[in-house]
Amino acid sequence: MYYALNRAIVAVAFFAASIGSASAIDIQEVTTPKGVSAWLVSDDTVPVVAVDIAFKNAGSSQDPAEKAGRANLLAATLDEGAGDLDSVAFQNALLEGAVQLSFDSSRDHLYGDLSTISSSVERGFDLLHLALTQPRFDQEAVDRMKGQIIAGLRREEKDPDTVVAQLWARTAFPDHPYGTPSNGIPETVATLTRDDLVAATRGLAKDNLMIAVVGDIDAETLIPLLDRAFGDLPDTAELTDVPPVEPETGLTVSETIDTPQTAIRFGGPGLAREDDDFIPAFVMNHILGGGSFSSWLFSEVREKRGLAYSVYSYLAPFEHAAIFGGGTATRNDQADEALDVIRAQFERMANEGPTEEELADAKAYLTGSYALRFDSSSAIARQLLFIQLEELGMDYIDKRNALIEAVTLDDVKRAATRIFGEGVPTVAVVGAPAG
Amino acid sequence: MLMTLPAAAEPVDLGELTLAPNASSFTLDNGLQVVVIPDRRAPIVTHMIWYKVGSADEPAGKSGIAHYLEHLMFKGTETHPGSEFSTTVARVGGKENAFTSNDYTAYFQQVSKENLAEMMGFEADRMKNLQLTPEVSAPELNVVQEERRARIETRPSAELGEALDATLYVNHPYGDPVIGWPDELANLTFEDALNFYRSFYRPGNAVLVIAGDVTEDEIRSLAQDTYGQIADDLGTFDRDRPKAQHLRSDRLVELRDPRVSQPSTQTAWLVPSYATAEPGEAEALDILSEILGGNNTSRLYTSLVREEPLATNAGAWYQSSAIDDTRFIVYAVPQDGVPLDTIETKARALIADIAENGVGDEEMARARTSLLASVIFAQDSQSSLARIFGSALTTGSSVEDVQEWPTRIAAVTAEDVQNAARKFLVGGGAVTGRLLVADTAPDAAAAANPTE
Repeated sequence: MYYALNRAIVAVAFFAASIGSASAIDIQEVTTPKGVSAWLVSDDTVPVVAVDIAFKNAGSSQDPAEKAGRANLLAATLDEGAGDLDSVAFQNALLEGAVQLSFDSSRDHLYGDLSTISSSVERGFDLLHLALTQPRFDQEAVDRMKGQIIAGLRREEKDPDTVVAQLWARTAFPDHPYGTPSNGIPETVATLTRDDLVAATRGLAKDNLMIAVVGDIDAETLIPLLDRAFGDLPDTAELTDVPPVEPETGLTVSETIDTPQTAIRFGGPGLAREDDDFIPAFVMNHILGGGSFSSWLFSEVREKRGLAYSVYSYLAPFEHAAIFGGGTATRNDQADEALDVIRAQFERMANEGPTEEELADAKAYLTGSYALRFDSSSAIARQLLFIQLEELGMDYIDKRNALIEAVTLDDVKRAATRIFGEGVPTVAVVGAPAG
Repeated sequence: MLMTLPAAAEPVDLGELTLAPNASSFTLDNGLQVVVIPDRRAPIVTHMIWYKVGSADEPAGKSGIAHYLEHLMFKGTETHPGSEFSTTVARVGGKENAFTSNDYTAYFQQVSKENLAEMMGFEADRMKNLQLTPEVSAPELNVVQEERRARIETRPSAELGEALDATLYVNHPYGDPVIGWPDELANLTFEDALNFYRSFYRPGNAVLVIAGDVTEDEIRSLAQDTYGQIADDLGTFDRDRPKAQHLRSDRLVELRDPRVSQPSTQTAWLVPSYATAEPGEAEALDILSEILGGNNTSRLYTSLVREEPLATNAGAWYQSSAIDDTRFIVYAVPQDGVPLDTIETKARALIADIAENGVGDEEMARARTSLLASVIFAQDSQSSLARIFGSALTTGSSVEDVQEWPTRIAAVTAEDVQNAARKFLVGGGAVTGRLLVADTAPDAAAAANPTE
């Protein structure tokens, strides 16, 4: 047997004030006789195996415009019967085997998540194999999943947060799949057929498959299971080219829903992950609105003025567009004030930038908290899959904190100038106008 | 290619299970109970302090004060003013947050292990020395009101949920929302918060849960040096609340709203929790909820969604952890044009069938496997384990109760499940909540929403 081509023992370093400590994660890259590769971390402490897979670029951006929601329906229907097992038999096999299996689609990718206990790992891989290679798409199951999805879409139809996200997306990406709701709309989902699902499965192949396996399994046991699960997949995925796109800037759009709170989304061009300024931009975003209790937006919008419960910004390096965006929600009559406060923080970031101390604090948080992303087998599997999808390399876990440490104040300012110099973010507002 | 199909296999044998067998517990002289759950895989620690107080312990007219106080706990002490605690957590690369429920309020940080002692020092400090001013407290009340708008008032389904609880829990504070009623919330003050704080935030009324790369010995000494320095001889607050009344009347609450595009229905029963049930009854309710509606081969899903089909989705759940009697809920989303009462009647018939004819061996085996597997999956996450112990220990269970839960689940018989259905879910007393599409006629819409 030929495997274990590559092995990296990487240290997840803690950046602690006092003593530094490190936890070694031993990642093996295994490749099977049928040419399936996976990243594996063996750890038998807990009798659980976490398997995270992705079919790169097989997400909803592959959906033709009139078939929006196709990837989402595919994800919902893959575990609804396969091979000789109809939906009920398949679902019962999961329950009786203590196997958890689910699929999910994002804008860019199609994901699978398999969790098994140690004694049911073979059952798990066999059921995953059936789902991926012999899905039945029985009419009954397709119709049932369509009904469930349409009901879910209707439930969100007048939810300000959902409406504003869709409004922003179609304004920023008017002629691109990223502008379409990734789960579709009731009208498009209603038209989807079994044939559409079969067509969507052509995006699932060995050449766009990424696999991360973490937990109570060794390479020797895993290799034949990988071949059983994925060996029959076609070699090459049939994918439509999705053009790169820049979000529109400077637009302000609104919709009225009679509701006491106005939801706000903003967004414009960000930076691609391969851009040299991506990491500086990532640090900049953390200081501005990246999710800690000490960001500028949190402090100015929430803590000082009490305008909102939630306020945030993010950098999203999608496959075909790079976005800087964010949002909040506030009482209808405060919407203008909240937007003004947010815009003032953009200007402050573009013109003044953070202080040395703010930069040091941000770096301390970002480097120190990285290890927390590796606190369970399922969390480690998620990280390993992410690193593969983003093509960051097996040694990324080792290098990542040094990249952040190297960011200077000038780097942050340059990244801020690039992001805020690209034009004013497009703003979408949904609520009941005040007065 | 045909394979040996997993469907032909027997349910997987999970053997004898104990939840977190290496967890241990001790109590400091001041009454603080400490639970330690070692997980040495990574040098990370989850530190949680759980107070045995929640919204159900609020004084009359002060709904929302437990949750408002939770927000104000981040406003600083004399030793660590302002946001120093949060700033420190961020500087050491930690994560933090807090949450409030009916029965408990919890605060947590996840940090690398060498920062644990510092976190314990900060958390012990704010157990005793919180300082509040009108300047920091007033904007935070606005934040909480925005949180209420975001969670409840922009979501008709959440508003209906409030009405359902208010109708189900007669004579009991579980009928009041954790976040508070809007008018009472608007009038809360920082003095109210401090009064609540002084009454309930004490070592004797708290549980410390630490999961991760630690040993019991280390924690004994760290806990003694921090929380151990706070005097308390009052012990655990006695949560002797008025008893929720079991009415024989069925009740119906409906919300029609122009923002609703998809109707739905749910029915709730007042049932015992792990704290109030006779031995074995709560475990039987757990299995019953799984068989009735825990997955998509359950009785409800099979009958309402697969066979007829009347609904696009259907299920059941049981809120098992609570100090007092709690709720068992059945829900469904109708197919277009199917009247909600058709679905509700059918769901009641499915429950009556279990009460009369019981459940099958295969259903029992699947439900047992599914619940027991969740115990094994939970061991993968230190924060999940910490939450399981924290919520159980603040709702009347002991460490042993939690650890032996799998054994008790495995012991539930089909007859127990049938008895639970017969005893708790048939006869009168259920509350049904319907979310309905508003009539589109303009004046009808205005009548449904008169405040705008």
